[in-house]
Amino acid sequence: MSPSTLAGLVGATLVGLGLYGLVLHPHPLRKLLAFNVIGNGVFLVFGIIARRGAAAGLSFDPVPQAMVITGIVVAFAASALAVALILGLYSEAGRVTLDPDAWTKPGPEEGK
Amino acid sequence: MISLLDLFSLAAIGAGTFFFVAGTVGLLRFPDSLSRLHALTKADNLGLGLVVLGLIPRVEISLAALKLILIWGLVLTSGGSTAQLIGRVLRRGRK
Amino acid sequence: MNILPFLDILLASLIVTVAASTVVARDLFAAVVSYVAYGLLLAFVWIRLYAPDVALTEAAVGSGVTGVLLITAGKRLAAIRKAEPEAQPGPALKWLTGALAVLVACALAAAILMLPDVPPSLAPEAVTAASGPGAGLGNPITAVLISYRSFDTMLEKVVLILAVVGVWSIGKDAAWGNAPAPLGRSRPSPAMVFLAQILAPIGTLIGIHIFWVGADAPGGAFQGGALLAAMWMVAMMARFDEPPRIDAKWLRLGLVAGPAVFLVVGLAGISMAGNFFAYPPGFAKPIIIFIEAFMVLSIAVALPLLVAGPPSEGYET
Repeated sequence: MSPSTLAGLVGATLVGLGLYGLVLHPHPLRKLLAFNVIGNGVFLVFGIIARRGAAAGLSFDPVPQAMVITGIVVAFAASALAVALILGLYSEAGRVTLDPDAWTKPGPEEGK
Repeated sequence: MISLLDLFSLAAIGAGTFFFVAGTVGLLRFPDSLSRLHALTKADNLGLGLVVLGLIPRVEISLAALKLILIWGLVLTSGGSTAQLIGRVLRRGRK
Repeated sequence: MNILPFLDILLASLIVTVAASTVVARDLFAAVVSYVAYGLLLAFVWIRLYAPDVALTEAAVGSGVTGVLLITAGKRLAAIRKAEPEAQPGPALKWLTGALAVLVACALAAAILMLPDVPPSLAPEAVTAASGPGAGLGNPITAVLISYRSFDTMLEKVVLILAVVGVWSIGKDAAWGNAPAPLGRSRPSPAMVFLAQILAPIGTLIGIHIFWVGADAPGGAFQGGALLAAMWMVAMMARFDEPPRIDAKWLRLGLVAGPAVFLVVGLAGISMAGNFFAYPPGFAKPIIIFIEAFMVLSIAVALPLLVAGPPSEGYET
């Protein structure tokens, strides 16, 4: 199994793992982490496409790699915006949750 | 027949890897966060130094050897300072 | 006997394990630390895939600066670690999501295994565009970023600015124009001060070096800019410098300098080289380095602003 195929399968696994975490975790920051895991899996798939596109004297195809570099920086910008939104929600409301019923129920209670 | 330089590289990198493994064993087996920090910092810095020593005979441009030593120095600095900062928090919080 | 396949498999299983630990860890801090380690391991995979520029970017931006962002966020949210119990999803939802995740992963894996044997590639066009009179650079990725796909890169810088403006808008209206909360403690420990004093000058030099050699060797504007951004953040954490007021003219100028210079050069290409974003032949490399220098400035200004967050009325540390 060539490194490209192995890396591609790892990318597919990462997308699956990230999807699981994205759907299940109630805390928004954990969702953001899982979303970043999905993003890195997708970048890996781009990377193997780049490696397989070795031609014309280069050992890789530079266009997908340039796209991945762009993607990593844009993913960081999106994560920063998401973090700012989460922290803004916390400073406005005192707690961080995406549960739509949480704002109609009474505040955090003791116990558990 | 392996040349003497290759043998030296092999020995140095092998010793460096051994120190890394020793540091990881310390991380997993020591009871206290502070002792784990100590084991990890010391062993990893020494291991990296040995690995860099083993890589120096294999560079093609001699300036790259200087870069390797600079990398080791930077990791030493930041690793040591970070360990100090973590240790300070651990000592205060006793976590 | 070749040991590389075993190392590949070892690296792959390590990455999957650390990613799983990121997703299923109980504690937010453990998850963030796992994510940083996972990013660094990914840099190894990029090296194996013959992508040193991507490895540099992943280590610097993907795991480094994102790690700082997440740990700062976790620290500011630290009070709620003991807060109300989250509504944990029931077992039915867990099974369903697990099945969905496995389905998506298998579909992607099948697509990867069924990729065409003769892979299509844009390498020939990129090489002709890069080595021709359009760019004349030794690093094909920099040539692709600044010459072959220059419009994409310029728009990406605009996306960074939009993210900064978005982060600034989250602050209260009354706080607009103030500075964000400081990144470091009010009395930084001597180890932090020592680290900043040693690391910041050397790191700045290395960042400029990485940008400079990016024209002909692995490196480039993004990697160098990320390093400069990290050095400014280290200096701010040691309280050598404070996050600037967001209405400071030099800040806003530095932020838009990158895409503005890019756009001006692209428009000038209409008159000088006959086409939007075309560079005059023979003069391309100095123009590219000129554009990249301003891009490094913009990135080095934008990334710490994204980490510092929205402007605040008073200091909360």
